[in-house]
Amino acid sequence: MDNIRNFSIIAHIDHGKSTLADRLIQRTGVCDARTFKDQILDTMDIERERGITIKSQAISLPYRAQDGKDYILNLIDTPGHVDFSYEVSRSLASCEGVLLLIDAAQGVQAQTLANLYLALEHNLEIIPVINKIDLPSADVERVLEEIDAELGLDPDTHLKCSAKEGTGIDDILEAIVRRIPAPKGDLTAPLAALIFDAQYDSFRGTVIHCRVFDGTVKAGDAIRFMFNDSVYRVEEVGHFGLSRIRHDSLGAGEVGYIIAGVKTVSSVSIGDTITLDDRPCASPLPGFKEVKPVVFASIYPIASDDYEDLAEAVEKYKLNDAAFVYEKDSSAALGQGFRCGFLGLLHLDIVQERLEREYDLNIILSVPSVRYRFTLKDGTVVYVDNPAHYPNPLNIALGEEPYIRASMMMPDRYLGPVMSLCIEKRGVNSNMHYTSPGRVELSYEMPLSEVIFDFYDRFKSMTQGYGSFDYDLIDYRESNLVLLDILVNGEKVDALSQIVHRDRARARGVQACDRLKDEIPRQMYKIAIQGAIGGEIISRSTISPFRKDVTAKCYGGDITRKRKLLEKQKKGKKRMKMVGSVSIPQSAFLAVLKSDTDS
Amino acid sequence: MRELSAQREYRDMGRSTPPMPGLYIHIPFCRTKCSYCDFFSITDTGPMDDFIRALCREAETRRGEFPAFDTIYVGGGTPSVLPVKFIETILTTVRRTFTILPDAEITIEVNPADWGLPELKSLRGMGVNRLSIGVQSLNDKELRLLGRRHTAEQAMRTLENVSSAGFENVCIDLIYGLPGQSIPMWQETLSKALSHAPAHLSCYELEIKKNTPLGRRFMHGEYVQGPEEQQRGFFMQTSVFLSGRGYLHYEISNFARGMDRASRHNLKYWDHTPYLGLGPSAHSFHHNRRWWNHGSVQNYVRDLDAGKQPVGGAEELTREQLALEALFLGLRTSRGIDTETYTRRYGIDLMAEHGPALEEWQRAGLVEITHGSIRPTLGGMAVSDRLALL
Ligand SMILES: Nc1nc2c(ncn2[C@@H]2O[C@H](COP(=O)(O)OP(=O)(O)OP(=O)(O)O)[C@@H](O)[C@H]2O)c(=O)[nH]1
Ligand code: SF4
Ligand SMILES: [Mg+2]
Repeated sequence: MDNIRNFSIIAHIDHGKSTLADRLIQRTGVCDARTFKDQILDTMDIERERGITIKSQAISLPYRAQDGKDYILNLIDTPGHVDFSYEVSRSLASCEGVLLLIDAAQGVQAQTLANLYLALEHNLEIIPVINKIDLPSADVERVLEEIDAELGLDPDTHLKCSAKEGTGIDDILEAIVRRIPAPKGDLTAPLAALIFDAQYDSFRGTVIHCRVFDGTVKAGDAIRFMFNDSVYRVEEVGHFGLSRIRHDSLGAGEVGYIIAGVKTVSSVSIGDTITLDDRPCASPLPGFKEVKPVVFASIYPIASDDYEDLAEAVEKYKLNDAAFVYEKDSSAALGQGFRCGFLGLLHLDIVQERLEREYDLNIILSVPSVRYRFTLKDGTVVYVDNPAHYPNPLNIALGEEPYIRASMMMPDRYLGPVMSLCIEKRGVNSNMHYTSPGRVELSYEMPLSEVIFDFYDRFKSMTQGYGSFDYDLIDYRESNLVLLDILVNGEKVDALSQIVHRDRARARGVQACDRLKDEIPRQMYKIAIQGAIGGEIISRSTISPFRKDVTAKCYGGDITRKRKLLEKQKKGKKRMKMVGSVSIPQSAFLAVLKSDTDS
Repeated sequence: MRELSAQREYRDMGRSTPPMPGLYIHIPFCRTKCSYCDFFSITDTGPMDDFIRALCREAETRRGEFPAFDTIYVGGGTPSVLPVKFIETILTTVRRTFTILPDAEITIEVNPADWGLPELKSLRGMGVNRLSIGVQSLNDKELRLLGRRHTAEQAMRTLENVSSAGFENVCIDLIYGLPGQSIPMWQETLSKALSHAPAHLSCYELEIKKNTPLGRRFMHGEYVQGPEEQQRGFFMQTSVFLSGRGYLHYEISNFARGMDRASRHNLKYWDHTPYLGLGPSAHSFHHNRRWWNHGSVQNYVRDLDAGKQPVGGAEELTREQLALEALFLGLRTSRGIDTETYTRRYGIDLMAEHGPALEEWQRAGLVEITHGSIRPTLGGMAVSDRLALL
């Protein structure tokens, strides 16, 4: 166990975690030049296309240190975006230390702080690493000041590197061996392994990713999942290389996988403890903090016959995305589906895309919402995250919405516009301080609903990418709420309804009608879109029908060309949901929340 | 005897009256390039002899593949850049190689600047019985804009010559929706054309193609495309104008003085009747397969000189693809879709599968659904590209 080091790379988004992982992988000879590609641990297509890490990814690196001994370094590359912080916190439960990366040009950012706090909660050894020192705009002195003042870490403990150019990598490897403690644990004790991730494989069943804290596990063992006492026979265990590497056993202190022919998806629960059936440990490991979704939306299959497929897909998908929660739901306009909780809009977007790609489904998401709280006149308290369950207004005694404290870091030249944005978003109780000359941290209390939808994009473009943003939920506050319905050709589309602040209702109604007008493609007849509150129409827009759309010539060769075009258009149409006689594209449901400014 | 077996061959396609295949012959030459044309044609008439030789060879390679033809259509490009003796060579060759029915419709496209009365008379003598005259406009300013090499007067004279030569089945090709053109201006061209009492008119809306001189002038903002409502206006007015003067609007861009004056050849494209295309870039369709020749005259001649068929590409159409084609082609014609035939041929019952949408269209005045047929209304024709997206 003395020769094992378990650590994560954590940082603000884009500070170079995956690139540093590349260098460590190459330096330890795990990957030859032929199979190497940049950000090799970003294995999903969607990660590569978007250039961001979405899933934490573990890999074992063999390393001979300067002390002459051989070590196994279990590295976990983590995502930087707030919406995937649950991936980070689960990874940290398997580690004894972290490399906290800081971009030398950008300095400490909101998620640098947020992730540092996560690491501190887990009592991990923290090695600050200043990355991208090759950049002309790198300002190491300033970053050192921030490490001291902002992070409260000893700046003398820092390392410097350029992950891109591969400088400083040897020092990092040595620091991992010397400074991060070896895992503790008892190889002879009963097995206790924490499940931190899983993935469904149609041939082998569920592949369980775990960290063993005590005991050992090997092929042939009967293991027990402690939360439901189900028992399976282990088929294979191993480590993570660039692909799975089979081993004889996994022992205390190690990170690896277990395959036990688990085909029942519901048997595996992330955060559960695995033990041996004939020699169980006394009590399960602490597991993970419960995930608290902040955005909710319903998912429906575009073709109603796909509901069963969707049901199977969400269950399997959840194995690989512990932050995703769901329950059954149905909509008058869109049929049967699932109400789902997400950690943010990017998370929602990723879930939609992964479900479509990995399970070959066409789905539609209703307009996202936060979770409101209503106290009814008879004293009962209800939480409502689905506008379809909005209580009868006559029975509502008090409506409340969740508030957050947002903290934003940015160069002070952007203060003016950002403050106006926060005020526009109903921000109160502002606070500001300089973190270093020219850089400020600004905080506001704001309704979560205002922040989740279209705040972040506007903030980012306003600060030209130099601003970063983080938030914590604080409490529920009284709010004058109303239900805004959308009618398409006179028919209410419940999946387009929103709960909004009364003062905002009219503007939101106008915005929704305008957005839908842009999003819903023209059709063969006029489409009327209306916004309504309690039956009163407050906004409207009209989509004019096609009046002229016909190819003049259609002889010999034109026919093939025309057919190919139609085939393409038909495919696009399959991705739209028919509501009455109107086809509504996926994008429309999110777009209603966006204001003009960012389109 | 031969005819009968041919008729039997096509009966299995579920048709009530077995249609005969059509023969298309493509002449790839143009004297000059029109400003709106992105069609493949060359202005170098040097390889004309090579081309004629290759064409005759190509016909030979297809001998026996089609039972008979009841239409021949010589199009282009500009067939009238050829000396008429070449037309004679071509017609003699195809008559020798294939079975051409005695009452076949034989059409040639003619540019008004080319053949005079003597040439037209000799065509008549070769059995050509239908001419399609590329008039395009009867306004000189518009003709210049289009980059045509004839004048309105030349066009009018050609139309007179055509009837003097004894042609009764004449089609006038026109283009509308030109930059700066108003509906009255367009109707003036139409009226002048009607003074020749043509059996048939093809009226095409000008389509702006990117890689053409005219397209570039649009790109540079010299002209702007008229609003959709105006385009619709042209389309509707054309139909109303010609219908009021006894013409049947039988396809999006085609009008005939009675269905017996419709282009028998072109109708074949719209209902999956087999056709053979000879010449560069010509398309053929037979046994659910579509194939096309090389566009380049050079490659076309090269392949035939090497004893190969000059095929550039082919596609085998699935039943689903055939069904989609039949739908959009059918909805371009006033005849529409015969639902029973459609079900028999493509295995899809349109009313059962798309009943609500079709009824919605009927309510919106886009189609007329009567026992056994779905026909586009004039308003439906105007958006016919959308109708097939059922
Ligand atoms: N100049 C320079 N660029 C770097 C360096 N390290 C990473 N980058 C670039 O920074 C960008 C982000 O790198 P990633 O490794 O994907 O960052 P990440 O922290 O993994 O990002 P997320 O996983 O999305 O949070 C890429 O364009 C890298 O090429 C460096 O040392 N110098
Ligand atoms: S004559 Fe016809 S094919 Fe030739 S350039 Fe003009 S439009 Fe094109
Ligand atoms: Mg990454």
